[in-house]
Amino acid sequence: MGTFILRRSLQGFLVVLGVTIVVFVATRMIGDPAQVMLPLSATDAQRAAFEQQFGLDRPLDAQFISFVGDLMRFDFGESLWQRRAALEVVLEKLPKTLELIGVGLLLATVVGIPLGALAAVRPDGLFDRVVVGLSLTGLSVPQFWLGLLLIMVFAVGLGWVPTFGSGSLAHMILPAITLAVPSMARIMMLVRSSVINELNQQYVRTAKARGMPFGRVLFQHAMRNALVPVLTLVGWEVISAWAGYTVVVETVFAWPGLGFTAMKAINHSDLFLLQAIVFVVAVGIVLVNIGLDVLFKLIDPRIKEA
Amino acid sequence: MAYAQPTPILEVRDLHVEFDTMSGLVQGLRGVSFSVMPGETLALVGESGSGKSVTAQAVMGLIGLPGSIVSGDILWKGQSLLTPEGQKKAASLRGKSLSMVFQDPMTSLNPLMTIGAHLVEVLRRHMKLSKPQAFARGVELLEAVGITEPRRRMAQYPHEFSGGMRQRVMIALAIACEPELLIADEPTTALDVTIQAQVLDLLADLQKSMGLSIVLITHDLGIVAGLCERVAVMYAGSIVEAGSAATVFEQAEHPYTQGLIRSTPRLDDRRDRLVSIEGAPPSLLHPPKGCAFQSRCPVASRQCDTKPARQETPAGGSVSCWTPSLPAWADVAKTTEVHAR
Ligand SMILES: Nc1ncnc2c1ncn2[C@@H]1O[C@H](COP(=O)(O)OP(=O)(O)O)[C@@H](O)[C@H]1O
Ligand SMILES: [Mg+2]
Repeated sequence: MGTFILRRSLQGFLVVLGVTIVVFVATRMIGDPAQVMLPLSATDAQRAAFEQQFGLDRPLDAQFISFVGDLMRFDFGESLWQRRAALEVVLEKLPKTLELIGVGLLLATVVGIPLGALAAVRPDGLFDRVVVGLSLTGLSVPQFWLGLLLIMVFAVGLGWVPTFGSGSLAHMILPAITLAVPSMARIMMLVRSSVINELNQQYVRTAKARGMPFGRVLFQHAMRNALVPVLTLVGWEVISAWAGYTVVVETVFAWPGLGFTAMKAINHSDLFLLQAIVFVVAVGIVLVNIGLDVLFKLIDPRIKEA
Repeated sequence: MAYAQPTPILEVRDLHVEFDTMSGLVQGLRGVSFSVMPGETLALVGESGSGKSVTAQAVMGLIGLPGSIVSGDILWKGQSLLTPEGQKKAASLRGKSLSMVFQDPMTSLNPLMTIGAHLVEVLRRHMKLSKPQAFARGVELLEAVGITEPRRRMAQYPHEFSGGMRQRVMIALAIACEPELLIADEPTTALDVTIQAQVLDLLADLQKSMGLSIVLITHDLGIVAGLCERVAVMYAGSIVEAGSAATVFEQAEHPYTQGLIRSTPRLDDRRDRLVSIEGAPPSLLHPPKGCAFQSRCPVASRQCDTKPARQETPAGGSVSCWTPSLPAWADVAKTTEVHAR
């Protein structure tokens, strides 16, 4: 297991390196930092001064070497918008996003898995139809629209929770629900089909023939197997929340996390801050993947070290 | 009835099972009757699709949608298992006094549970053992079914076992709670020939040492002879002939049974050709009104358009045929020749 984690980490390192190269190419070779970060009205002299300040006037290979060297020391440069180290800004916003993803996806799994499993007990029964209907609704509602709707009803209309910002549990509720709903719908559908599939397997029939009560057959036997593909989906949900959905949700609710900050960095043409965010997101994705692989190995004895 | 004195451990009476499928009602069982006495081994034989597995599932209470038992009765020591109280009784028997081994050992175990966890689960449920007691008993059971290094094997997962070993595990699970009746549905069909013999020997040994009754389901008459006292032959959802193994083999009354015997290879066989029964069983979606075998029967007549009643044979068995004991296959006109193995 130790060597397994080590090898996966090494692969992850290569992935992150690849991402930084892509970032370098996209910003320095395809794009022009001076053009992106300076106002349109900047003079040629200002432009030259800017390029000299950040070493952008040097040859590309020299730039790349210092770029990678800085990354090794976790030096992403200074956020022009915040006037402090970009990494510092990122680390400050990171916990807020982790909190949102944690609560949102906990909600999605805690509700989605049992409902999906219960729906599978009697496919096409009344409960199953209700669950499938809810899932389809959850899947078809655009996330930003859902967020705005929730704000209108529960914050503006009923006044139960604040409209935006963070700091208390009440602030958390609407953003977490908004983030959770589409994931919950996907998880519910997958759990449902996965459990239906497992309940038709021969080992379920033999467990029934050994006199195991239905509850045990469902939870001990079928669910365990059904959750293997569900784990893949949950991992994917974490990654897509981490690398996308939180941007939408945080922007709608002005939730001061990484996603909201990324939007602001874009608005402020703060390339160095954006670079730092992309780097941290890439590292996060790699870590989630390693975590998933370890979990799979723990759950499924058939997975050999490979 | 010939077996009137002691109560059979299991009696199935005129059982009808239907499956409500997209294409219509499939009549899986069309009046199946048989009984099993304590300590007896009954073979249920017939071509695939004749309703053997459905019979086993019905007895185990495992017929699920789209299937249902539409009429008939299943009695355990004289008590119906289909009444509301009977269903409770059935639930308490299942896996304990009444257990089953299935055809496919490769898919019969939960891939995420160790062999030990399977054994401990069933022992704790039915024998009310503590976890350590159940584990110790599990080791003994693995040993009893011929698995070496049982203690180490307890911690292994199904994928670390071969097909034959898994079927031994399935047998250990089935006998774990000292059943009175074991239903084995083609327990060796999925196994290599050499392994088949070992598993059948194991079943025979267990039957002797534990005194249990066995219903051995098979499509292969060849494995019946040494193992079973009585034979019931199924065709298209009903039993067409039943009797002691000796009489059924020596003087088969039903043309279908005669055809089956003709098409079964034997070790002492001096024939170099085997003859199989031509044609296919009727569709159970629209089964024929009369005898289901008439379209393949070399001695069918007008009579066979009405369903033959079950009648007792001089040798103490029973047969459903208008013209029993005719040597049906004397002329080879309606048969195909098949090369022997
Ligand atoms: N779940 C089911 N749905 C529809 N038909 C079924 C089902 N199970 C069994 N049958 C039908 O019942 C008949 C008997 O099947 P089975 O008992 O499995 O035969 P076998 O003698 O080979 O074990 C077959 O014609 C089969 O098509
Ligand atoms: Mg079968």
